[in-house]
Amino acid sequence: MKKVFGRPESLTETPFTYCPGCHHGIAHRLVAEVLDEFGVRENTIGVCPVGCSVFAYLFFNCDMICAAHGRAPAIATGIKRSKPDSIVFTYQGDGDLASIGTAEIVHAANRGENITVIFINNAIYGMTGGQMAPTTLVGQVTQTSPYGRDPKTMGYPIKMAEMLSTLKSATYISRVALNKPSNIIKAKKSIKKAFQIQLEGKGFSMVEILSTCPTNWGLSPIEASKWLEENMIPYYPLGEFRTPEEVA
Amino acid sequence: MAKIIIDQERCKGCELCIPACPKHIIIMSENFNKKGYYPAEQINPEECTGCAFCALTCPDVAIEVYK
Repeated sequence: MKKVFGRPESLTETPFTYCPGCHHGIAHRLVAEVLDEFGVRENTIGVCPVGCSVFAYLFFNCDMICAAHGRAPAIATGIKRSKPDSIVFTYQGDGDLASIGTAEIVHAANRGENITVIFINNAIYGMTGGQMAPTTLVGQVTQTSPYGRDPKTMGYPIKMAEMLSTLKSATYISRVALNKPSNIIKAKKSIKKAFQIQLEGKGFSMVEILSTCPTNWGLSPIEASKWLEENMIPYYPLGEFRTPEEVA
Repeated sequence: MAKIIIDQERCKGCELCIPACPKHIIIMSENFNKKGYYPAEQINPEECTGCAFCALTCPDVAIEVYK
């Protein structure tokens, strides 16, 4: 009998510190599998955010740096420009990328930096206890929107993938989800494409990953996956918003 | 012939593998692990096709698949 599925080499043996059912673990595994498949683990430098995935440096078996809140794309720019042969990726949540780090991500994309951004969108702040994020859906109840998000005073959820795809220098922008096996397979293909674009030196790539936060949504992991499918996917459509063909 | 191995100590009992299994042969254990979670376990192993859907959905990479 041959092993057909196991822990990728690009993940350490350290157990994840995430809550039961949190999709961060799936996203970590997909990125690690892609690094394994390209054989670039020894040459990869990742940048972790501030948020639940701040400990990503414990889980990825490659060089990792932890950036100040939201500044991962700026740090990644510095690494990539000083070591252009290395593979550089950032792993950021929605509080990190779409709120405090909006300036960094927009300008890194606008400069067309040759880095890959993995953006986890779970529509809430996880680590700090479930406050409203810029990506929180209209009507969604959080600790800081107890009556549901009201667009009159709190604005509408930001669609980062669509927003960044308006920039001429962004090469590859896509949105995927992790709520069921079929979407997980598609997510991996998209992450692989994003890293492929970096390997070919074609420029900025970002994959937005819709994922769940069962703890702060107040749902069981199975209910949370269903909630993602019914509420998040209709507002945040899946697909590729920018591909290299368009840029060329 | 296929089999899965669930790492009982890595499993956090999130139950995501249960609806993912097309053969419905994963259930929750009645005994808890060292962390206090009720881990997933397989019943009727001869029915397993090695599709790896359980392993794909496992957020803790606790499932290995052999074929």
